[in-house]
Amino acid sequence: MARHVVATVGEIAPGASKLVTVKGREISLFNVKGEYFALANKCPHEGASLCRGTLVGLAESDGPGDYRVTRQGEFLKCPWHGWEFDVRTGQSWCDPGNTYVRQFAVSVEPGGELLKGPYVLETFQVAVDENYIVVEM
Amino acid sequence: MNIAIREQKAEAQATRLAVVDCDIHPTMRSLAELLPYLPERWRKHTTTYSNHMRQALAETLAYPRMTPDVARRDAWPPNGAPPGSDLDFMREQHLDLNGVEYGVLIPLRNAGAQRNLDYGAALARAVNDWQVEHWLDKEPRLRASLLVTPEDPAAAVKEIERCSADRRFVQVLLPPRMDEPAGRRRYWPIYEAAVRANLPIGMHVGGVGGHPCTAGSGAASYYIEEHHSLVPAMQAVVVSMVLEGVFEHFPTLKMALVEGSFAWVPALSWRLDTQWRRMKDEVPHLAKKPSEYVREHFWFTTQPIEEPPQPQQLFDVMSWIGWDRIMFSTDYPHWDFDDPRYVFKGKLDERHRRMIFRENAKALYGLE
Repeated sequence: MARHVVATVGEIAPGASKLVTVKGREISLFNVKGEYFALANKCPHEGASLCRGTLVGLAESDGPGDYRVTRQGEFLKCPWHGWEFDVRTGQSWCDPGNTYVRQFAVSVEPGGELLKGPYVLETFQVAVDENYIVVEM
Repeated sequence: MNIAIREQKAEAQATRLAVVDCDIHPTMRSLAELLPYLPERWRKHTTTYSNHMRQALAETLAYPRMTPDVARRDAWPPNGAPPGSDLDFMREQHLDLNGVEYGVLIPLRNAGAQRNLDYGAALARAVNDWQVEHWLDKEPRLRASLLVTPEDPAAAVKEIERCSADRRFVQVLLPPRMDEPAGRRRYWPIYEAAVRANLPIGMHVGGVGGHPCTAGSGAASYYIEEHHSLVPAMQAVVVSMVLEGVFEHFPTLKMALVEGSFAWVPALSWRLDTQWRRMKDEVPHLAKKPSEYVREHFWFTTQPIEEPPQPQQLFDVMSWIGWDRIMFSTDYPHWDFDDPRYVFKGKLDERHRRMIFRENAKALYGLE
């Protein structure tokens, strides 16, 4: 397990995504209201690129005409068939036991800390006064 | 180490099985793309009156869709044009990426549903010419569907005769929802012309029949409900064509049912056979069991595929229908697209895989 610097904090707007490759694997990064999440980029259903999906809320209902939308922006909806995954766990809402996307731990680290190591920086030029998104895998 | 979001890896696709995709939807960038293919009289009609079909809505579908333009969220080309309107992007995102050896275009331009029959005929001609110039002449992997106006069979026959010399048209396209059930004799001149031209009839789900999609019991409430109604509409096509004796009259007519799924076919055939044994004196023009006409005359495309909990169950169903009658399709660029890599959850043996992904469609459509 190593920690990989994959992006600067400013480059993914809230609600947006970024596709990165870590150790040859495509990972999609999401900014949910300032929190960052990393999920494998392949939908377990038919393989769509999840970074093209939309961040949506959870629509729930106790009966016809009675509904509420909660956890706005915390569910990733696949760009093809609309499978929804909780960005916090990678689990699908409809079939949480069997259908899930691998999730990776993400943290935000100041450049000053990163320069001390032991991070995998690869092509990243790290500046002391910037914050960086770090994925663990 | 980082990759821009728009980029997609096309490498390693070469090792995959080449596929024939029986359902690709090309669209126009805008109405302006259609107008040059219409005579002046119909150009004016298009811009002044436009569509008039058997529903209250003129420029939209009857139910709100799950996604804009019914499309995959990643199907808008970088230039912002509508999904399915940009050949270069279609090549990059679909034809090259998925190893499409041949792709059958199915334009959904509702020529056949126009109440103004002359406008419908002009629209069919225009869309056929547009397919040739905008798609076929530019991309050798693509094949076209020949649009006609089912409610004006004489015009439909003329259009089949006009276009069928170009063998890149591989089927005559009809909607399953027409003014009357598909087996009625008013449509037989179209079947006759298709047989004469040695073309199968392709039926892609949809059409505007002027009735609620629920088979007579009123409007559906939800898109999910309307989406499912496409299946009984296909079943009605099979039942009507078999029982009206179409295939006794046109023993070489071939039907490709596109996007209507297929798992229902064995159950429908069993049921028809049971009833036929009891009531065959009502339809003495049928020389065979209904299931035999189904087995002999109908082909089915895969998308949107059924996904039973046990993948093997789907393969059982396919073996009951006949492995030689099922053809792969994606529905690109629509949201319920099936990816050739992941469409089957279980493992298909190599022989059946080749049949479904390539050989059946090549045989039906005379490709190569």
